[in-house]
Amino acid sequence: MPEPVSEQTISVEINGETYEQEVEARKLLVHFIRDVVDLTGTHVGCDTGNCGACTVLMDGKTIKSCMLLAIQADGATITTVEGLAAGGELTPLQRAFSASHALQCGYCTPGMLLSAAYLLEQNPHPSEEEIRRGIQGNICRCTGYVNIVEAIKSVAEGGGA
Amino acid sequence: MSAPVPLLVARCRALPGSAAGKHSLELGRVGESAARVDGIPKTTGEFAYSSDLAAAGMLWGHTVRSRHAHARIRGIEISEAVGMPGVHAVLTHDDVPGEKRYGLEFPDQPVLAIDRVRYFGEAVALVAAEHPEQARRAAAKITVDYEPLEPVVDPERATEQEPLHPDRPTAGHGYLDDPRPNVIRSMVVRHGDPDALGDVSVEGVYEVGIQDQAFLGPESGLAVPDGEGGIDIYVATQWLHVDRDQVAPCLALEPEQVRIHLAGVGGAFGGREDLSMQIHGAMLALHTGRPVKIVYGREESFTGHVHRHPARIWAEHRAALDGRLVAVRMRILLDGGAYASSSTAVVANACAFACGPYRVDNALIESTCVYSNNPPCGAMRGFGAVQTCFAHEAQMDKLAAVLDIDPVELRLLNALEPGDVLPTGQTLTGSFPVAEVIRRAAALDPPEPEELPRDPLRLPGGSGNTTHGQGVRRGIGFAAGFKNICYSEGFDDSCAARVRLFAGGAGELQAEVHCAGAEVGQGVTNVILQVARTELGIESVVLAPASTADVGSAGSASASRMTWMAAGAVQLACRAALEERERTGVDVDVERVYRHPRTWPLDPETGQITGGPAHVSFACAAMKVVAEVDVELGLTRLVWIGTAQDVGKAVNPQAVYGQIEGGTAQGIGLALMEEIQTRGGLITNASFTDYLIPTTLDVPPIVAELVEDPEPDGPYGLKGVGEPPTVVSTAAVLSALRAATGRELARVPVRPDEIVGL
Ligand code: FES
Ligand code: FES
Repeated sequence: MPEPVSEQTISVEINGETYEQEVEARKLLVHFIRDVVDLTGTHVGCDTGNCGACTVLMDGKTIKSCMLLAIQADGATITTVEGLAAGGELTPLQRAFSASHALQCGYCTPGMLLSAAYLLEQNPHPSEEEIRRGIQGNICRCTGYVNIVEAIKSVAEGGGA
Repeated sequence: MSAPVPLLVARCRALPGSAAGKHSLELGRVGESAARVDGIPKTTGEFAYSSDLAAAGMLWGHTVRSRHAHARIRGIEISEAVGMPGVHAVLTHDDVPGEKRYGLEFPDQPVLAIDRVRYFGEAVALVAAEHPEQARRAAAKITVDYEPLEPVVDPERATEQEPLHPDRPTAGHGYLDDPRPNVIRSMVVRHGDPDALGDVSVEGVYEVGIQDQAFLGPESGLAVPDGEGGIDIYVATQWLHVDRDQVAPCLALEPEQVRIHLAGVGGAFGGREDLSMQIHGAMLALHTGRPVKIVYGREESFTGHVHRHPARIWAEHRAALDGRLVAVRMRILLDGGAYASSSTAVVANACAFACGPYRVDNALIESTCVYSNNPPCGAMRGFGAVQTCFAHEAQMDKLAAVLDIDPVELRLLNALEPGDVLPTGQTLTGSFPVAEVIRRAAALDPPEPEELPRDPLRLPGGSGNTTHGQGVRRGIGFAAGFKNICYSEGFDDSCAARVRLFAGGAGELQAEVHCAGAEVGQGVTNVILQVARTELGIESVVLAPASTADVGSAGSASASRMTWMAAGAVQLACRAALEERERTGVDVDVERVYRHPRTWPLDPETGQITGGPAHVSFACAAMKVVAEVDVELGLTRLVWIGTAQDVGKAVNPQAVYGQIEGGTAQGIGLALMEEIQTRGGLITNASFTDYLIPTTLDVPPIVAELVEDPEPDGPYGLKGVGEPPTVVSTAAVLSALRAATGRELARVPVRPDEIVGL
């Protein structure tokens, strides 16, 4: 059996930039993103995989980054909230969330946006029911979800995330 | 003295306030729906929450907390922890430089436990280290020698057990003299002839579990020594100046040496009124001479902060055959936990709103809050009125059934209106459209019942997919409620705002506003800017980050008061600034303090007003709920909610709808799923795995109507809007469940076994 390692070098592409870095094997992906790469838009709400505040896209799929070790992301491509408006241009979802009060404290917003982006990519014209299912893994404590569902609906109707 | 804001060197993102926002937005005037000024930074990840801050040379703090609900401390052994790698400081109560205790209303809570711990999660020692993991490991090496004591866990028995605070910190403050052990405050409201008999009477005993604010961003902050003995604290909080006034004496500093700056707040709902890391972080920072950051995890957040008071309520309502209420008698027992926090005000609120928004000429209300070794309780949205609304609305439904009167008609028949007298003897003046909100909510049409079979996700229990809906029953419920707006009972409340008017580059008039009102997500930043633009008649207005360093107190973002108070203060300061500029013709910088109409204490013996009103203003709401219950599975699905709320005047209507929807969701949580569970005072479900919060699938579509009847005393006629939806929604959901099941359902949250097996 190989010896357990305490540090490992990983290479992860985040928002188009490659980070090659030695990390402790115990480090969670969310802490790698926040503390090592210094992208603090990905939030920690629970550290038990329940709230979705830490949601990012990994190889195109939504994951809760508090539920993975950084070393499990070796070789992966990740998009965080900072990567959405990569060219400086806000996405329709970002504009809709901001314009239609789909946030209050905003702590859930980055995770919510990534779940919504993934949903619309999979299903560009979801029903209200499908929207609610698509973001059921993301808790918002402030808004009661009404405006979040509305914002996603408006983007779907407007044709594109 | 001005604050060294540049510390955020490493991560200078958009701090709360508008000045740093680089995206320009159309922001409306008072009464117009406007996009949130912090909306874009919050969607790009730029907005800096308290947990995102960093400073050069920063250490990480960690708090050692009690695993006992009640124990004597025989000794604390720190020597092993001190020698651990990366550790810079290990501190205990001996190291608290000044006052050893603090508190929102009474200094009864030790900064760090001294000779005993009184609740599970009480702070005992602090560690600062280079790395958060080093701090945690060192904390594990601190040995506290505890002698477990019998915990006081039953509030009914607390008044006969050994006192947890033998020095009775809340005595001598003008409250009813109640010599029983462990009473924080007891209060009686006696009005008219409480023995008056009606034709019918209904009775019930109701119970409310412990709810948590569960804001999504756990407590965190950064304390930075200023090099001259003082400290800057960047923290997510609700009331900057009262934080400062609690922190400074414990650090043995002058108030000016402690500067509190608002960092991004991930929700609050009352849970950030009490201090969290402020004194601890400052002690570590001053001790080490380095910036210190503390971030709680979710478990620490659950155990470290105050919750909504659990309650046991006995109620008796007497009425005439025509439905008029004759007398209400109620006894309310609240469990305050180990320290007083804001319990005394919760007691008064529970009493004042016990009868609901109805005319009651004869009443006897008793409300008592006790100390115990259960989780400490304090402020949460709705503050005493949530618990009693659940009870009085259950009673109104019972009366309607006994009298065979439509529940909405019964409420309309008894609805308070201006000119009526409350059980505290206060005559209602100003705006109070109870009948209107009831009529408007009742007129909202719920959707038709859905056919079976259907998509399992549209069944109670959702994805469980265990039935085809054979056991589903539908019920429609209704509730009304009300609550005070602003602080009450003679509290001298104020809000300061500062306005700087100056000529910009092209000579055009520009303004910078300072106000320490905490943006906790509710949207007060927009309110301040909308008021300033309206008053000054210019577009170019920025709001400086909130801080104690450069403006007076704004009071707390609580009691649905922040919009009212900030609007009042900014209006006053803007008008003064314009006047002064007009007079002097030069750039001006003026600060003004706004006060709402004065209130007076209630008589400690009778609970009746003394000298003048005890409350500034009231807001009411009514709500209709459609629920489906699967009586085989014991599961519930809310189908639809319609509500009407008295808002005075909506400053930013879109934000007001958001408050109503979000506040409703929190009431749904208390009705159906949210409860802190304890065993012998120990919390057994301190995680989001075990403490459930409504998701998108639990919150139904919500249709809200705003009733705008201007409040004469409120700036622009506005009232606060944050709390009424939370007050009324738990009661309304329960009413629907009763309609669906025919059961009494006298406890929230409702458990599956209470609605199963009909
Ligand atoms: S922090 Fe990852 S799910 Fe809550
Ligand atoms: S906006 Fe606060 S948690 Fe969603």
